[in-house]
Amino acid sequence: MNWEFLTPLLWEAAGQTAYMVLITLAVGGFLGLALGLGLYLARPGNLLGNRFVFAVLNLAVNVVRPVPFIIFLVALGPLTRAVIGSTIGIEAFTFAMSFMATFVFARLVEQNLVSIDPGVVEAARAMGASPFRIVRTVLIPEALAPLILGYTFLFVGVLDMSAIGGYLGAGGLGDFAIVQGYRQYDWAVTAVVVVIIVVIVQAVQWLGNGLARRALRR
Amino acid sequence: MPATTGAAPGSIVRFENASKVFPGRGRGAEVRAVDEVTLDIREGEIFGVIGQSGAGKSTLVRLINALERTTGGDVVVDGVALGSLSEARLRPVRAGIGMVFQQFNLLAARTVAGNVAYPLEVAGWPRARREERVAELLDFVGLSDKSGVHPSALSGGQKQRVGIARALATNPRILLADEATSALDPETTRDVLDLLQRVNRELGVTVVVITHEMDVVRSICHRVAVMERGRVVEVGEAYQVFSAPTHDTTRRFVATALRDRPSPEVLERLRARHTGHIVTVGVDEVAGSSAVLTRTLREHGVDGTVVFGGITEVAERPYGSLTVELVGDGSTVEAAVAALREVTWVDDHGRAEA
Repeated sequence: MNWEFLTPLLWEAAGQTAYMVLITLAVGGFLGLALGLGLYLARPGNLLGNRFVFAVLNLAVNVVRPVPFIIFLVALGPLTRAVIGSTIGIEAFTFAMSFMATFVFARLVEQNLVSIDPGVVEAARAMGASPFRIVRTVLIPEALAPLILGYTFLFVGVLDMSAIGGYLGAGGLGDFAIVQGYRQYDWAVTAVVVVIIVVIVQAVQWLGNGLARRALRR
Repeated sequence: MPATTGAAPGSIVRFENASKVFPGRGRGAEVRAVDEVTLDIREGEIFGVIGQSGAGKSTLVRLINALERTTGGDVVVDGVALGSLSEARLRPVRAGIGMVFQQFNLLAARTVAGNVAYPLEVAGWPRARREERVAELLDFVGLSDKSGVHPSALSGGQKQRVGIARALATNPRILLADEATSALDPETTRDVLDLLQRVNRELGVTVVVITHEMDVVRSICHRVAVMERGRVVEVGEAYQVFSAPTHDTTRRFVATALRDRPSPEVLERLRARHTGHIVTVGVDEVAGSSAVLTRTLREHGVDGTVVFGGITEVAERPYGSLTVELVGDGSTVEAAVAALREVTWVDDHGRAEA
C-alpha cells in the first residue's frame, strides 16, 4: 500500500462520488417528489383523480424501478446519448442515476402521502383551498417526517448505485476500491473505502433521523 | 354570473330534487347515496339530519359545500345554484361555509393558532388581521391558553373546539357539523353542543347538524330531517317530528332518546307486581307535565301509582310518557281513561287476569 500515491487518487474519487451523488439527489429528489405527488394526486378518487394518467405513471414506475441498475445503464444508452451527447463519462452516468432515482423516490413519496388522513385533505378542500395549495400546505408538511426518512433512504440507494460508476468511466469511490484494491490484491484499500462509505452512510442516517424527529416534534 | 333561482323566503340552502349516485364497481353496483331530496334549510336555524350510518346524511351535507357534486337535481346555497359551477368557481363558495368533522381533521404539523389561521390564509387575509382574528376565535371557544400547542396535546373536546374555531374563522353564514360529537364522551358532547348553540344564537350562523344520535337533535335542533336509504322520510319541527313520528325509522330514534315505554317483558314484570289496571299515558306539550294526569284521576276518584316511564325535553318542550297503575271501581277507571284520551294518547294494557 502506497498511501503517498493513493491519497490524491482517493480524494479525487471522493470528489467524483460527491458530484454524482449530490446532483442525483438534487435532480432525483425534485423530480421524484413531483412524480410521486403526480401519482398520489392522479390516483382515482384523489384530488386530481384520473384513471388514465395514474395508469401511465404507475406503469412507468413499475417498469423502471425493478430493472437492475447495471442493465438499466445500458438500456438507457440511446436516451443518454440524445440528452448528454455521450454514453460514457461522469455526466452520462449521473444522468442515468438521476433517472433511476426519480422513479425510486416517486414511489417512496407516493407511499408516504397515502398514509396521510384523507379527512385532513377534505378539510382543506372544504375551506376552499386549491389543489396546489393543498400540496404545499397540507400534503408536504403533514408527511414531512417520513419524506425526510425516505430521502435519507434514497441517499443510501444513490450511493450504492454510484459504486458502479467505473463501468462508464465515471470514477468514484467504488471504482477506486476495484481498481486500486481488488485488482491490486490490496484488501486494505478496499477496506478503507468500505469504512469511508459506512461512515458517510451512518452520518447521513443520523442527520436524517434527527431532522425527521424535529419534524415530528408536535 | 351563477344562476339564481327563486328559493323559498328565508331559505339559505335548498335541495331541489338533489341526487348523488356513486358508480360503484360493475353493473348494478351503483349506490344512490342521496335519492331525489327536496329540502329547505332556513336562515338562522339549527337544522338536524338524523339517520343510521349509511343513510346518506354525510353525502347530503357534502352536497351543500360541493365536496360531492350532485348527479341529478341541484343544490342552491344563498341563491347560487352549485350544479352549474366549475371546481374553481366553487372554491369561494366553500370558503363561505364552515365545516366541522367527526375526526376533527386538524393539521398535525400546525399549532392550534396555525390551524385556525389556515382558512384565513386561504382567503388571503394579511398577517396582522389574521393574528387578531385567531385570538378572537380562540377566546370565543375558550382555548386562548392553547394557542401555541399542537393538536396532539389536546383532548377530543378541545380538538373539536379548535375545529369549530377554524370553521368560523372567515365569518361563514353556514356551519356544517358532520357527526361533530360522535367521537366524544357524553360530557364533552354537551360542551360542544352548547358551543354550537352559542354559534347559532350569538353569531346568527345557520347550523346544519348531521348525527345518528337522537340526543343531539333533541337538545339543539329546531327542525329535523330523518333520512333512510338516501331519502328524507320525514321533515319538520323537531318537536312535531318526534312527538308524533309517522315513520318507523323516526320511531326507532325516538325510542333511543327516552326509554319511557315498557317493553313486553317489562310489562309482564309490572303485572306481577301490580294487580291494578295498567295504562301508559303520553306526556307532551298539550298534556302539560303530568298535571293533567293527576287532575283527571283525582276528579274520577281513581288512585294512580307511577310504575314506569320518563319525561325529557325535545326542542325545549316536555316529552315522554308515564305508565300508571290505576286502582278504583271498574267504571270510574274506564271513565278516567276516556277523559285522558281526550287530551293525550293512552295505551291501555288492561289488568292482570285474576
